[in-house]
Amino acid sequence: MTSTHDQADRHNPVYDHLHATPEFQELRSRYRGFVFPATVAFLIWYLLYVVLSMWAHDFMSHRLVGNINVALVFGILQFVTTFLIAWVYSNYSNKHLDPLARKLNDDYESQRGI
Amino acid sequence: MDGNQMLTAGLFLAVVALTIFITFRASRNTSGTTDFYAGGRSFSGFQNGLAIGGDYMSAASFLGISGLIALSGYDGFLYSIGFLVAWLVALLLVAEVLRNSGRYTMADQLAYRMRQRPVRTAAAASTVVVSIFYLLAQMVGAGALVTLLLGVESEALKNLTIAVVGLLMIFYVTVGGMKGTTWVQIVKAVLLMIGSALIVILVLAQFDFNLSDLLGSAAANSGKDGFLDPGLKYGEDTTSKLNFVSLGLALVLGTAGLPHILIRFYTVPTSRDARKSVLWAIGLIGAFYLMTLVLGFGAAALLDTGLGSDVQTSGGNLASPLLAEEVGGGPDTVGGAVLLAVIAAVAFATILAVVAGLTLTSSASVAHDLYNSVFRKGAASEKQELKVARIAAGVIGVIAIALAIPAQKLNVAFLVALAFAIAASANLPSIIYNMFWRRFNTRGAVWSIYGGLISSVGLVFFSPVVSGKLNADGSNAALLPKSVDFSWFPLENPGIVSIPLAFFLGWLGTVTSREPAAEERYTELEVRALTGAGAEGAVQH
Repeated sequence: MTSTHDQADRHNPVYDHLHATPEFQELRSRYRGFVFPATVAFLIWYLLYVVLSMWAHDFMSHRLVGNINVALVFGILQFVTTFLIAWVYSNYSNKHLDPLARKLNDDYESQRGI
Repeated sequence: MDGNQMLTAGLFLAVVALTIFITFRASRNTSGTTDFYAGGRSFSGFQNGLAIGGDYMSAASFLGISGLIALSGYDGFLYSIGFLVAWLVALLLVAEVLRNSGRYTMADQLAYRMRQRPVRTAAAASTVVVSIFYLLAQMVGAGALVTLLLGVESEALKNLTIAVVGLLMIFYVTVGGMKGTTWVQIVKAVLLMIGSALIVILVLAQFDFNLSDLLGSAAANSGKDGFLDPGLKYGEDTTSKLNFVSLGLALVLGTAGLPHILIRFYTVPTSRDARKSVLWAIGLIGAFYLMTLVLGFGAAALLDTGLGSDVQTSGGNLASPLLAEEVGGGPDTVGGAVLLAVIAAVAFATILAVVAGLTLTSSASVAHDLYNSVFRKGAASEKQELKVARIAAGVIGVIAIALAIPAQKLNVAFLVALAFAIAASANLPSIIYNMFWRRFNTRGAVWSIYGGLISSVGLVFFSPVVSGKLNADGSNAALLPKSVDFSWFPLENPGIVSIPLAFFLGWLGTVTSREPAAEERYTELEVRALTGAGAEGAVQH
């Protein structure tokens, strides 16, 4: 009993089977192929903003229109890119990830009893 | 008590009565652990998106960020940006995979493939520490609000307010569980959005909806050079610039490690609903932070923010409520009094909703991870576990009350930023490694969690926040008296050191040990995380 609780026993082999299917490999590479580059991109974009705010004071303080300066526009652009990435990811996963995930989940449901 | 104070007190009581009503209703269909911890997993993506907004847009945002902008101009805006961009980490890397691989707590997804007792103990420790820091911020905000409204600078009254908030949160959690907490958060999110939008429109109307004019007046009225440019608060020297970068890192990486946010992903039926809830939350939170920009600069333009003013002495925490009073017609007018009372009641509702979420999260972790899995080795019945969860909620509430009382002069946004730094250091590395690195194992997880937790809390302890910090006028700005100074870590935010350290320790612990079972079970974790095969389903009532 104790060992069962300390680390769960070896699982249902259906997971090994699903893991080896081409559909799962495709799902995994599509998922990672989107989220890894997207994460790197938005983190660099955000850190660029942070670093420029501190070390490019004159550039960020440059007035564009009236009292609106580069820093404010840059900040608002961070909002815009966040909304944009969220929206693109939502479309991407509806189209390219969910159908594969549903199919694999159905396979799991039909195979787990075996 | 005059008429205005009666009105304010009445609205506060109305907010409290509403939340108590919601809690009792929710308690009627809360029976087992899945109801208590995860609201039966029966909320829709939209409902959960609102609740996430309600959980996340805390007093730190509503009172703290607008206050920082009012006092420090542009630099306060960094908080808003970091708090929002952080949601992409949650959306892309955490929400869906966590929903599919866990049950009730943050520790579940680690315990899925590792040795349960060490990882659950570590995760429970960091859950409780992060949540308590976050709780302090909310309670300090509550104390400041009530003092303002009743117009008496009384320590006893502040302490009483903190105690009442603490007792209310214990009540919400023990009676209403996750369902009650969620509905309180949904109602609060709606109230907060409406209340903020109202003030924003009234502020902008004073400037004919010309943002540039608003900014110009804010800069002129603040009397500070470079008020609209970055660097007023953080740009003096390299240390303060690094402090800003450290803060920026903690904000962007902290959200996806906040336990009270993570467990919200368990309240929906599928990972697709978890994704939808994050999308709704991003929309809502983004709109809200754009409004805090107007609130902060509006307060700078229309209120006195100089030395000794109410805004300045409250650390900025009172900027939004005082702004509401000003745009309603000013002090001593009926309009001003009504708006002040309404916004203060909204802020109070905000605080109540967030503290409920935090208390629930910590008590769930104590009962589910520590009591059932570590002490009882999984043998506790649901009934026993729930009893422990309710007792834990009471104990955590009392601890938070005791700690909040001495912490009252700190800016609430600043306190929350510390909670973010701890979450980013202690929690995020192990979550990311666990999901994306087959080789990751128990030792890596434990080293990363304790390493991040101890280094972040330890560095804050030896930072100027705790001892040795002075205000510009030479008065004491640290937690401890002026005569004590043992600070040696120069930054106020530990993230820039503790986050990389925790990632490094996670790697080091992993490569210095072998755990074939954890690697083997990664196959199952990965299939389940990406497809939802075998994930916990919703409860049918």
